[in-house]
Amino acid sequence: MNSIQIAWKNIRQNTATSLLGILLTAFGTGILCVLLLTSHQIEEQLGNNSRGIDLVVGAKGSPIQLILSSIYHMDNPTGNISLREAQKLAANPMVKLAVPLSLGDNYKGHRIVGTDSTFLQLYGLELAEGRIWKGDFEAAIGADVARKNQLKVGDKIYGAHGLSSEGHTHDENAYTITGIFKPAHHIADRLIVTNLASVWRMHGTHEDEAHSEDEHEHAESEHSHSHDLAGVDEHEHHHGEDHDPVAPKEPQLVKNIMGNVGSREREITSMLIQYRNPAAIGMFPRLVNQNTAMQAASPAIESARLFSLLGIGIDSLQILAYVIMLMAALSVFISLYNALKSRKYDLAIMRTLGASQGKLFGIVIAEGILLTFVGAIVGIGIGHIAVYLIGTRTGSTASLLEALVLLPQEAWLLVIGVTIGFLAAVIPAVKAYKTSISQTLSGN
Amino acid sequence: MHICSEYLKLAKRNRSTTDMQDNKQTVIRLNDIAYRYPRGESLQFADLEVTNGQHTLILGDSGSGKTTLLHILSGLLKPETGTVQVDGQQLYELPARKLDEFRGQRIGLIFQEAHLVKSLTVRENLQIAQGFAGAKINHDRIDEVLALLNLAHKANSYPGKLSRGQMQRAAIARAVINRPAILVADEPTASLDDRNTESVLSLLLTQAEQQGATLVVATHDKRVKSRINHAYQVGGVV
Repeated sequence: MNSIQIAWKNIRQNTATSLLGILLTAFGTGILCVLLLTSHQIEEQLGNNSRGIDLVVGAKGSPIQLILSSIYHMDNPTGNISLREAQKLAANPMVKLAVPLSLGDNYKGHRIVGTDSTFLQLYGLELAEGRIWKGDFEAAIGADVARKNQLKVGDKIYGAHGLSSEGHTHDENAYTITGIFKPAHHIADRLIVTNLASVWRMHGTHEDEAHSEDEHEHAESEHSHSHDLAGVDEHEHHHGEDHDPVAPKEPQLVKNIMGNVGSREREITSMLIQYRNPAAIGMFPRLVNQNTAMQAASPAIESARLFSLLGIGIDSLQILAYVIMLMAALSVFISLYNALKSRKYDLAIMRTLGASQGKLFGIVIAEGILLTFVGAIVGIGIGHIAVYLIGTRTGSTASLLEALVLLPQEAWLLVIGVTIGFLAAVIPAVKAYKTSISQTLSGN
Repeated sequence: MHICSEYLKLAKRNRSTTDMQDNKQTVIRLNDIAYRYPRGESLQFADLEVTNGQHTLILGDSGSGKTTLLHILSGLLKPETGTVQVDGQQLYELPARKLDEFRGQRIGLIFQEAHLVKSLTVRENLQIAQGFAGAKINHDRIDEVLALLNLAHKANSYPGKLSRGQMQRAAIARAVINRPAILVADEPTASLDDRNTESVLSLLLTQAEQQGATLVVATHDKRVKSRINHAYQVGGVV
């Protein structure tokens, strides 16, 4: 039997105290693991979802809200902007790609986004089956939307007003699903994409219906009730021609907004901009903010701000986790130290059998390390299960696959666990090392 | 086969310094031993020489230094002066790690209480005795010793599940597992009734004979005297 086997036997002998040490280590490691996984996933999602978007132009208000609503589809928009004004910006030579967004409804929490084919190019979307929309009230859906709601091509869905599925349901018009996108591993997987006219018509057709006060406060409800529907039918036939799954060439892209939407009175929620060259970074936002009634928000800056705000909460939880780990270390220390009293004869007998002082030191150290190592492994397991449960409860980003992903940084959790076990065991191990066989055996 | 060859060589090399009387080899030799306790009291021990198979009693009243002497000749307690030779090896000339190994291989220790490691089964207690002595685990040897001591059916039992007699037998099994040169027992019968005293003594003597070990028993129990002729009184040879 080697030191680790003997140590493991000792741990099993003292089940209650060993379990306390293991559980405390597991809780501490579990919290650290959840923080590690969620912050990694948030950071990755923030990066993936804003990739390729240099600027978001929308109504004046909170820039973070604008970014959250237009890129991450997590908040209400700040308001609407004039389509005509947006068209002018889109025509600016500094703009390579301009993607209009018209938001307002959701289906079971999945945003319904009115846009044009540039959206597909911006997000690199490809169809897994079916086709994209050709007419109004046709929609292509993201892979997660299809999977979670078991939707297929040809199914009809009814949008609900606002961000929540509990909002007023637009049961006058159903969207027909014409296509399902391949998984893209970003926000588009969770969106329902249709043309701009569908969003306008959806809200225009029940203009007179009574919406709740709250709904009227939403920017999208504001625009939905103010839209003039004239001209929608006129441009409707364009969709079949313009929204080809293969994205149009660049010069057409900028013109898409005008070509597809046309009307001067119309409003959209926001516009996602991709610059033609880096020189625009400094100039274009200033141009928008100083010369128009709109605001320009940089996803890079706002995402960093958002993450730093989240970071405050993460830091607090991290401190809590470290406190629990410290308690685990104390528990392991007390457990080992107390066990020495009852095991002094065991240790002395081992010495009479030929075990060296170093061997006894090693056995006690192995015991401390094993306790916290097992705790850290259990904690990492708890962390992954918690991330999965959080994901399924919130119905948001985390899937089973994401919860199963092991990050290289998790190895550090094991290192921390083992280090704590080692440190907690040092004093008891030194005491075991110094055990006087003669004194112990003669009872002095 | 479990004895470290290094010690066998050492034993052979030192054979010239041992007395060879009637093919008997000196297994224990104590010369000029004195020991001072940390609290200041000191003990002077008479010289002792024990030949192979010459089972010996260490006699004396409680507190007279019997246990101290046993610890000294087992390599557990370094004397202030003098030399201790066991199985041809000067114990306290060995470095600490080698002394531990030598003790594990050549000296079997038995105490008044069995002191089995509680978290290990009987078999595992014997395994660690082999492992700590630097030998490979020999399951056949373990089975053989357990069978000799009528413990085969308790091989996988934990000490908490054994009777007092079974624990004492398991402790003897552990002491003889490496075929030691000397078997040192400290008050093995102190708390036993006559019947059990007889039983334990018989067991110790039988095992010592079977394993080719020389038995040294420290006791103040007069019942033991009738079974072992050679005696050493702490303070002088009787």
